[in-house]
Amino acid sequence: MNPITNTDYVTILPELVLAAFGLIVMLVEPFVTKGGSRKPLGYLACLGALASLAATWYQAGSPYTQGFFKMVLVDHFSVFFHVVIALVLFVALLGSLDYVERQHIRAGEFYALMLFGAVGMDLMSSATELVLIFIALEISSISTYILAGMRRRVAISAEASLKYFLLGSFATGFFLYGVSLMFGATGTTSILAIGPQLHAGGFNPLVFAAVALMFVGLGFKIASAPFHVWTPDVYEGAPAPVVAFMSTAPKAAAFAVLLRVLFAAWTPGWFWPVWISAALSMTLGNIGALRQTNIKRMLAYSSIAHAGYLLVAFAASKAADTAGISAAIFYTAAYAAMNVGAFLVISHLAGEGERFVAIDDYAGLSRRQPAVAASLALLLLSLIGIPATGGFFAKFYVFSAALQANLVGLTILGLINSGIAAYYYLRVIVVMYMREHPAEHEHGHGAERITIPEGVALTLSVLATLYLGIMPNRVLQLAIEAAKDLLR
Amino acid sequence: MLNLGAINASILTLVTFLPAIGALVLAVFPRKVIAERWFALGISLVNFIFSLHLLRSDIPTQLSTATVFQFEIDIPWITSPNIHYHLGVDGISVWLVILTTFLVPLSILVSWHSVSHRVKEFYVLILLLETAMIGVFLALDMFLFYVFWEATLIPMALLIGIWGHERRIYASVKFFLYTAIASVFMLGAIIWLYSHFHTFDFATIKQALQTNPSEISWMASFWLFLGFFIAFAVKVPLWPLHTWLPDAHVEAPTAGSVLLAGVLLKMGTYGLLRFNVGLFPDQARFNGPWIMTLAIVGVIYGALVAMVQPNLKKLIAYSSVSHLGFVVLGIFSLTTFGMDGAVFQMLNHGVSTGALFMLAGMLYERRHTYEIKNYGGLATPMPLYATFFLVITLSSIGLPLLNGFVGEFLILAGAFQAKALWGALAATGVIWSACYMLWMYQRVFYGAVTDDHNAHLPDIDARERLALWPTVIAALIMGLAPWWWLARIDSGVLKLLPTLKTITQVIGR
Repeated sequence: MNPITNTDYVTILPELVLAAFGLIVMLVEPFVTKGGSRKPLGYLACLGALASLAATWYQAGSPYTQGFFKMVLVDHFSVFFHVVIALVLFVALLGSLDYVERQHIRAGEFYALMLFGAVGMDLMSSATELVLIFIALEISSISTYILAGMRRRVAISAEASLKYFLLGSFATGFFLYGVSLMFGATGTTSILAIGPQLHAGGFNPLVFAAVALMFVGLGFKIASAPFHVWTPDVYEGAPAPVVAFMSTAPKAAAFAVLLRVLFAAWTPGWFWPVWISAALSMTLGNIGALRQTNIKRMLAYSSIAHAGYLLVAFAASKAADTAGISAAIFYTAAYAAMNVGAFLVISHLAGEGERFVAIDDYAGLSRRQPAVAASLALLLLSLIGIPATGGFFAKFYVFSAALQANLVGLTILGLINSGIAAYYYLRVIVVMYMREHPAEHEHGHGAERITIPEGVALTLSVLATLYLGIMPNRVLQLAIEAAKDLLR
Repeated sequence: MLNLGAINASILTLVTFLPAIGALVLAVFPRKVIAERWFALGISLVNFIFSLHLLRSDIPTQLSTATVFQFEIDIPWITSPNIHYHLGVDGISVWLVILTTFLVPLSILVSWHSVSHRVKEFYVLILLLETAMIGVFLALDMFLFYVFWEATLIPMALLIGIWGHERRIYASVKFFLYTAIASVFMLGAIIWLYSHFHTFDFATIKQALQTNPSEISWMASFWLFLGFFIAFAVKVPLWPLHTWLPDAHVEAPTAGSVLLAGVLLKMGTYGLLRFNVGLFPDQARFNGPWIMTLAIVGVIYGALVAMVQPNLKKLIAYSSVSHLGFVVLGIFSLTTFGMDGAVFQMLNHGVSTGALFMLAGMLYERRHTYEIKNYGGLATPMPLYATFFLVITLSSIGLPLLNGFVGEFLILAGAFQAKALWGALAATGVIWSACYMLWMYQRVFYGAVTDDHNAHLPDIDARERLALWPTVIAALIMGLAPWWWLARIDSGVLKLLPTLKTITQVIGR
């Protein structure tokens, strides 16, 4: 067997960097003065996120490198997702600096777990071996289970954590079962080897069961219907910056895994499960969001709907064509940009103990904090899919790929859903701009100005959303490259 | 010396984005540094002057040159999908752009005192709205068109929702949802066209459809026609899709009403003309009868409902439904007279209904009510105001020598050419409009002053006169010398339908 070389380590360089920074944060924590500000730890973690970005940059110099006995693959695909995850991590960390202080959360564990979680997510997008994917999935999941329960004195936070943990473990169990069936059917767990095996062998019902089971496991992670029921409760209970993080980065990673499993190996039997799940997610997500009064729950249902739009792109994917796959990849980036920002605004306004998370608490926000209100309005417009925002092009690419693949029914359903969705996003804008600030809140709530780290994080998210909406060329090109590497 | 070539190359971009840049500057600088009213007024006036440069183009007054669009600018914007930043102006859009730049400074003038809270945001939104509206009329890339189209929605919804009257939120949301949902159908049609032709370029697609009409099946073109039609018909608004309009108008602040009636509704009729008739002339011919039927129902229904309105603003709103019915009638008569008249009537309606909303707003500033029954005998305390109101009323009715007459005459002539019955039915609309407008005028201005509150209302001041004079002058010139306008309109309309004769050929001049 080959010895492990330096090249092997380079293939997991971003993961190594993140893990190292996570350990450093935990080691440094005892030395921060008791009762003093814990922000230095946060800045250290931010530095870690940037360092992993730099490591990814270094990797991008030599794409398509395999390492660790072909278990890890660095290609345009993995680089794309590494960048998305690193940026989301950076923005979410910046946004949580003040939040952690305000909510009296244990800073050391918090930042370290964010970094460790990102290790798992990074590895999910670059692993090409099913067991390694499972391990990466667990690293990412366990970190997020704990993060969801970080508001220790709040019952719903503990509830969120427990619910997430129980259902999540169940789902990963499904995934593992699927992996073992796949091994039984093909004799290998390497994604790159499964494809040829499948094409060499004939029809094997085991493979269909394996694909279906893996889809169940991953469907839970991406919060697609009918595996979505945990989402609103968990998003409501978990700390807002954690939701900003876990509604985007682990989701992007899970989508990456799904893309690899379905399309790199080109496994059979995925079309109808994906089609049904897409239709259900869009419809149930949007209908569920209509009646929410809590903004976190509303965005939870909205994230279910967005998982549905994304699955439309999956359904539109064809073996010879990168349109559907690149649309899905672009969508993850655009969704990450806008959703992280929206949750950061929530986290900024939530106040101590997250008291202000009802949509009505946003009344008159445009007068108290015009810049924050304008940013949130822009992000919500992007979630609706109004032109000149990233959300528009994301939807545009998805639906035009779907039309090219002749999925007219699914496209029409998606467009109708986008129309319904406009209503509930719009409601928040209406409340912010057209309702007056309730008198009893005059002092206290909403008076605190946005801090510099929060402002920087929000600005980054808004700029990314605008960039994707006005000049989507570059990112789309990268997504196409990624899709090509995936199908190679 | 200014380099005319450089100006010609960038004038459309300048006219489109100058207001947006102004909005950005206004948004960034604190209130103490910039007098927001003066700044917004200045920007919009400068933009008006710039837009007049468009008239210096070689937009052919006769059908001679091959190219239609002037001052074209075409730069690749996004490579996949193939989207271009493509602007151009022709005989139809040039007037609509100038109408926009003409009405924006006036609507800023009438908001001078009536908008007293969140002043800065108000003018930022007005300027952003101006950019989006001008963009709609100039965009020659369908995708770009859609972007501008949607972009008009947000500032207008906010203008209604923040500075409107009691039921503003309801009206604002209704306005937004109606238009946003309808335009999804247009987006579907645009994407379909793209997947077929691999371009969003209007001229290229038109060329392809013209040279080879069997390129797409009859059924496909029917659905595409319908997709565009729904989006535009809601905006116009064509009966029975008009229900958002009275709510939006009544609740909107004066400037919002002026721009909504003056410009935003014209985006719908412009779209019908440019896309529905321009791209699918055969479908326009096939679907013409039922669309014209709806238009005539709108003309009569709008007029009858306007007649019984107790609320001044609602009356003007329903009169818009009626007048826009005329425009749609003219467009789908598919005759030179009808279509020229339709474009001319769009301008008329912009000027006269815009002015009517300004006048109504001035009254509201004084008495805080739009109910007609609260007024009466206003001619005594406010003689000058009454005179302005009368001129505009007559222009709206279509009195000869004022602008309304020319448009309505041409449309009716076109409708008669298409089918005598349509012309006859639509002509009753002219009578109705005289009934409800004059009756309203009589109730508000004549007789003795019935309410003591009205006895000492101040007459209009210099600022208000400044806002009203341009509309009156425009109405007069357009009525006296319509040829100046029609020559350019004619060249644009003829390019839409190559089978048409020029208006000169028709009237044998």
